[in-house]
Amino acid sequence: MKERYDVIVVGAGPGGSMTAKTAAKEGLDVLLIEKRQQIGDPVRCAEGVNKVYLKEYIEPDPAWISAEVKGSKVYSPDGTMVEMSEELSGAEVGYVLERKVFDRALAREAALAGVEVMVKTRATGLLMEDGFVKGIKAEYMGKQYEIMADIVVGADGIESKVGRWAGIDTTLKPRDMCTCAQYLMTNIDIDPDFCKFYLGNKIAPVGYVWIFPKGRNTANVGIGITGHMSGEVRALELLDEFINKHYPDGKKIEMVVGGVPVCGSIARTVSNGLMLVGDAARQSDPVTGGGIFNSMWAGDIAGKVAANAIRRSDVSAESLQEYEKKWRVELGRDLDMGMVVKERFTRMTDDELNTLAHSLEGVDLGSTTLIGLVWALFKANKKLLWDLRSIFIGIKEIESEVKKEVYT
Amino acid sequence: MTVSVERSKCGYCGACVSVCPTGALELMETWIEVSESCNDCRICVKICPVGALEVCR
Repeated sequence: MKERYDVIVVGAGPGGSMTAKTAAKEGLDVLLIEKRQQIGDPVRCAEGVNKVYLKEYIEPDPAWISAEVKGSKVYSPDGTMVEMSEELSGAEVGYVLERKVFDRALAREAALAGVEVMVKTRATGLLMEDGFVKGIKAEYMGKQYEIMADIVVGADGIESKVGRWAGIDTTLKPRDMCTCAQYLMTNIDIDPDFCKFYLGNKIAPVGYVWIFPKGRNTANVGIGITGHMSGEVRALELLDEFINKHYPDGKKIEMVVGGVPVCGSIARTVSNGLMLVGDAARQSDPVTGGGIFNSMWAGDIAGKVAANAIRRSDVSAESLQEYEKKWRVELGRDLDMGMVVKERFTRMTDDELNTLAHSLEGVDLGSTTLIGLVWALFKANKKLLWDLRSIFIGIKEIESEVKKEVYT
Repeated sequence: MTVSVERSKCGYCGACVSVCPTGALELMETWIEVSESCNDCRICVKICPVGALEVCR
């Protein structure tokens, strides 16, 4: 470890490793620290990711692909199934990863790009000077260190402290986080080609159960419920109930728990000498909770912006607005649209969810376009589409159809 | 008052840390540390996926 670097990245998940790798490729001197002794373990993820998106950032390797799926099947509370193609299923359907291997592969790529990596090293605070972040305080093997850097990137996950230390309030309200539990189960009968989602306020209040295949007779079976529904019942108990009913002979070979930010875009993700990436920046999808690709995408931008800022010798919040602006233009908009969908769906009763599913029965969503899907939904659920109209702004065909239908 | 963590239940996921309004919780490698700034709001107790946190009396 040196006394100073151009960039220090806190947290070696997909967002952190991607930031570090990109920054190093841009010629910066980068330190990546991870508080755990093992990168990628324990897993806190359902491990689903869209393969088309992922391929933009890493060459697929069978070593970290547990399964490849064709699409998703969504079950309404009365058991009505809606099948969706991979394209319509969004950012968390395509590959089911082996995160323990995947995260290490990304960290390895960062290391091979020149990044210095330290595990079992925890950031305990920031070094501040004249309102600028100037590095981190860290703990490694019982000793305290002060490490300087022009830019610190907080990629420290849902439990992020880096942002808070820099004065960015990232505290989540219970309704803005999803509390989750999952088992890796085997000896269960699964459909290896599809990710399955079960909806219903009894099964998973303001949330869903997922089944993501991971090879023969094996799958991640998990549940996420919104934090404000937790307390009287908990994610783990509800998951056990579901499993007792659906997979009485299943065997649990791993337990995973975790929280996911579902708050939509936060007000600020940069400060003087600081950027936040991934779950630390609350960049996960508020509807699905998916965040692997979002983090990598944002991390890549953060790495490039770090290099630009250092080149122009200006790491002020104003200079780092480049990151803020870039990620908000695309991802920020998606997160905000997601919030509109989430707010509407969380108010739906089981009967409404059933009605919605019935309206899609017989529609071949394997071949339909987004517009086709919206149209099918629309014919049966005008009120719902009206409530969601703001997310279609800019999609001309849908916008005009919505207006036509509502005003006539 | 403060909260205590039952280590045999805790999955050290950090969900509690994310909701703590006073920053009193910290996820170490395999355990949660609770500092004196805990104001007994109990949000963490409520959201824990496994029910590992309890209010101490």
